[in-house]
Amino acid sequence: MKALAVARGVAWRTLHNVFTNPSLLIPSLVFPLFFFVAFAGGLSQVAKVPGFDFPLGYTAFQFVFVLLQSAAFGGVFTGFGIARDFETGFARRLLLAAPNRTGIVLGYAGAALVRWFVTAAVLTIVALLVGMKVGGDGVDLLGLYTLALLLNIAAVLWAAGVAMRLRTMQAGPVMQMPVFLVLFFAPVYVPLSLLQGWIHGLATVNPLTRVLEAGRGFLAGSPTEVGVAFAVALGLAALFSLWALRGLRSAEAAG
Amino acid sequence: MNNAFAGQVLTLARRSVVRTARQPANVIFPLIFPLLLLAVNAGGLDAATRLPGFPTNSFVAFALAIPFIQGALFATMNAGTDLARDIQTGFLNRLALTPMRGVALLAGQLGGIVTMAVIQSLVYLSVGLAVGVRLESGPVGALVLIALAVLISIGFGALGAFAALRTGSGEAVQSLFPVFFVFLFLSSMAMPRNLIEIDWFRAVATANPVSYLIEAIRSLIIVGWDGQALALGFGFAVAITVVAVVLASLALRTRLGRS
Repeated sequence: MKALAVARGVAWRTLHNVFTNPSLLIPSLVFPLFFFVAFAGGLSQVAKVPGFDFPLGYTAFQFVFVLLQSAAFGGVFTGFGIARDFETGFARRLLLAAPNRTGIVLGYAGAALVRWFVTAAVLTIVALLVGMKVGGDGVDLLGLYTLALLLNIAAVLWAAGVAMRLRTMQAGPVMQMPVFLVLFFAPVYVPLSLLQGWIHGLATVNPLTRVLEAGRGFLAGSPTEVGVAFAVALGLAALFSLWALRGLRSAEAAG
Repeated sequence: MNNAFAGQVLTLARRSVVRTARQPANVIFPLIFPLLLLAVNAGGLDAATRLPGFPTNSFVAFALAIPFIQGALFATMNAGTDLARDIQTGFLNRLALTPMRGVALLAGQLGGIVTMAVIQSLVYLSVGLAVGVRLESGPVGALVLIALAVLISIGFGALGAFAALRTGSGEAVQSLFPVFFVFLFLSSMAMPRNLIEIDWFRAVATANPVSYLIEAIRSLIIVGWDGQALALGFGFAVAITVVAVVLASLALRTRLGRS
């Protein structure tokens, strides 16, 4: 109960900060839209490459990537806020005041989720307005958004772990770069079968590839690799839960 | 008088370079990140070279122009942020009490950016050649390419300086970064303009000066000597530089409180 009360307080404060500060809110809304426009608009000819077999066209193909990217970066952006809280001394006071410190991590994660829901809603509406085709039914779409949600949780827990260990805004690249690389070393622009050379090898072993391909399968209405994708997403969330909680202990020990 | 002015410029340029060199993140990130993006895009979009009408069969060669622009953006943001910090810490006010000429500050700041641009260009070019890109315009083309990259860096750098001088805020300079990135992404960065299928996107890319900067650099790599592409690229680079330097000079005059 104490953890939930702390989580509610931390989440409310984080969301209040984000939604009342345009410089924090706008980038997290605009960047996914911008990537969507740049990829789906500028690269639509890629769908004509021999062997490109996604049935719903390039807009839908890119939508899934941008949705997952927005989920992951929504988590990372929340991590920036945690680092800022440590840098300003607020997090230290929070550690002193909270009767259950696990609730702090839960609160940040909850805030990241709500923040991403807003981004995902805007992105989905824009995608539908520009004529994105959807092949999957309600259950398929639930699967797609659940995968993205799990990715959001994993990303915020990863970023929280980094922020609580390094406790400075300069940790931003450490939070962001690995997420960026893992995302972009998946089959972003073309299906896995069309990748060649080193990038094909990397994408094949990249766990995010399974999540991305399953997400595209859900949107197309032909689910594929669902079990592996959920196992990867749940595994990442579980792994980074431990990482974040150990980070919390590190912050506690640092005083 | 000329010697004194040159001395001021050199001193401030050296300060700009040393300050950048002392912050490894400001050196390494502008070098590494564009190369990472090049690797990702070249690997992921290699299949696009199979499209009818694609101008080359190597996406690395096609995309090698992009790091030159991205590197200029990163260096510009860092330099602009440093100048804003000079304003915030009062360094600029103290400088204003000295006989230093205002324009020397701007020239010195841009001198630091030029140094970074040359280093970045050499690194990007070396990496490109190392991964098998063949420069169709030859060694002279490499020199022209570096000259264009430096000119672009001066133009972007002056825009960063203008933002710093106008606002006096490092955060405001940083907030320009997404704007620059929008220009970069809504250009012919990843696809030749004639192969962009969506009409509005092609129109935006055609109206976007960044497309011509990229296409000029790209022409030296994959075409050879394309007079039209080079004229447009250098033309836009000079225009951006002139406008940005004038704006920055006016902002500097206001900032230093001199008429």
